[in-house]
Amino acid sequence: MSLELSLTQKPDVPLEADVISPDVMAGLSNKAISALEVFHGNEKATIGDFFAVKGDGTGDGAEKIILKGDLSKVKHIGTNMSRGRISIRGNAGLHLGAYMSGGEITVAKNAGDWVGPEMTGGRIIVKGNAGHLIGSAYRGSQTGILGGEIFIHGNVGNEAGNTMKNGLIVIGGNCGDFAGVNMKAGTIIVLGHLGQRCGAGMRRGSIVSMNEAELPPTFTYACDYNPSFLRVYLRRLREEGFKIDETQITGRYKRWSGDSIEMNRGEVLMLAS
Amino acid sequence: MIINGIQIDDTFAEAFPMRATRLIITGDTKRWAFTAANSMIGFSTSVIACGVETGIERQLKMNETPDSRPGMSVLLFAMSSKELAKHVLTRTGQCVMTTPTTACYAGLYSDKKIKLGGALRYFGDGYQLSKQLGGKRYWRIPIMDGEFLVEEYAYQVPGIGGGNFLILAKSRGMALRASERAIKAMSKVPNVIMPFPGGVVGSGSKVGSKYKALSASTNEAFCPTLKGLTHTELSPDTESVMEIVIDGLSEADIAAAMRAGIEAVCELGPAGGVTRITAGNYGGKLGPYHFHLRDVMK
Repeated sequence: MSLELSLTQKPDVPLEADVISPDVMAGLSNKAISALEVFHGNEKATIGDFFAVKGDGTGDGAEKIILKGDLSKVKHIGTNMSRGRISIRGNAGLHLGAYMSGGEITVAKNAGDWVGPEMTGGRIIVKGNAGHLIGSAYRGSQTGILGGEIFIHGNVGNEAGNTMKNGLIVIGGNCGDFAGVNMKAGTIIVLGHLGQRCGAGMRRGSIVSMNEAELPPTFTYACDYNPSFLRVYLRRLREEGFKIDETQITGRYKRWSGDSIEMNRGEVLMLAS
Repeated sequence: MIINGIQIDDTFAEAFPMRATRLIITGDTKRWAFTAANSMIGFSTSVIACGVETGIERQLKMNETPDSRPGMSVLLFAMSSKELAKHVLTRTGQCVMTTPTTACYAGLYSDKKIKLGGALRYFGDGYQLSKQLGGKRYWRIPIMDGEFLVEEYAYQVPGIGGGNFLILAKSRGMALRASERAIKAMSKVPNVIMPFPGGVVGSGSKVGSKYKALSASTNEAFCPTLKGLTHTELSPDTESVMEIVIDGLSEADIAAAMRAGIEAVCELGPAGGVTRITAGNYGGKLGPYHFHLRDVMK
């Protein structure tokens, strides 16, 4: 059993739909789901105003929610989600999976900025590209994601993993500037190219790049070696559908320590060419 | 029961509950993975004096290990959770971490944890790093050859120790040849180890001794040199006895290993010099698991 929401009217302005979550929709009838409140800009509206709802949330109906249509203007899908699955068959808007603690969100196409901000668990998979600030802290927050996994198969914008404290972010394509800025712990793996100043201000944690990248001058070269932990990670990523070459598993990585303006316990690992 | 001309006694092997775990040890090459595993299983033939019984379960292919390197699967058995935890930790620290290029992972999972990397990490003296992936935590301990990766926990499960059978033969060479053949066949069975050197016991014991301090002593009824001096279980033409002891994760695993070993011995036929196959028990007083040879071989 699954619950299906098909977009019938594309929002003119962003639609704030944090009610689209297994936690909220569980146990609700079709009618009650259609009546859930959303904000269309600054106007109150309902799910039923924008979506055709098929099925209901009784039993385990809300454990898998399928969203159809171009949802690039639908924000906050899966906010505070703790269980179940959301499958988005098109694009997803901003703030996807904000604060989520469990369950899984998959996006067949692209996602906007702020994928998985301050999440503590669960998993978000975006098959296409994502915007800026994936897996990051909201402005003013001290800590970014505390756990969970964000897998973006395409490219992402700037500040991926800003202030993250745990968890795993994997970017199959290229990553913008300031990846892992102010990072406290956790792991960011970029299979494409890293932008400028990655790891600036990082205290702990790992940023892995399969290509050479320009680091802040406050990073220090340590050695080049083949880290066993990375082999474990890359093997897992291969199972997740990322293209991992054998040379990436068996190759040697240059280890840079930083950022020395902070604790200097972080690392950037770059596959040696 | 007679199989291919070899008598199988109507008796049983008596086994007892233990606590068990499996570790996966990897290295840059098969040689170093084996070296670490072989070091870990040193001095661990019997809980009587070693506190733990261990063995290499099998060699792992690169695509079977967590880090895609050559690996070894090691099983460890002890009489208590505490004893098992102690040996897992000390042997990983002293035998695996010290072996160049290695890493160590849990090889089975349960809700009973044994601290592994969670304790060894302190060797990193504050420079250790933790990584979490798929619900597991790993510790990266900086060491002189690079980095030692070890999983936070190993996990323990119920196990069974003391499955056994005895090979009685017309000469020591014949007993040894039959034993080697049995071990070769048994090493293909998963979830078991034969913890004694080379898998074979040359000095099988009985429980107790005339000396109060000893909990085990020579099994005189099966010693060929004592025929005529004391009660013997040996026929006049039996000149050597070797025992194979099996620890396993379940009764079915031990029975499968016993069957494989006895079948391999019986394939030799009478020409191989084996006169009889029997098993060691203590009248059913030692352990709840009884492996009746004739049931095993049905």
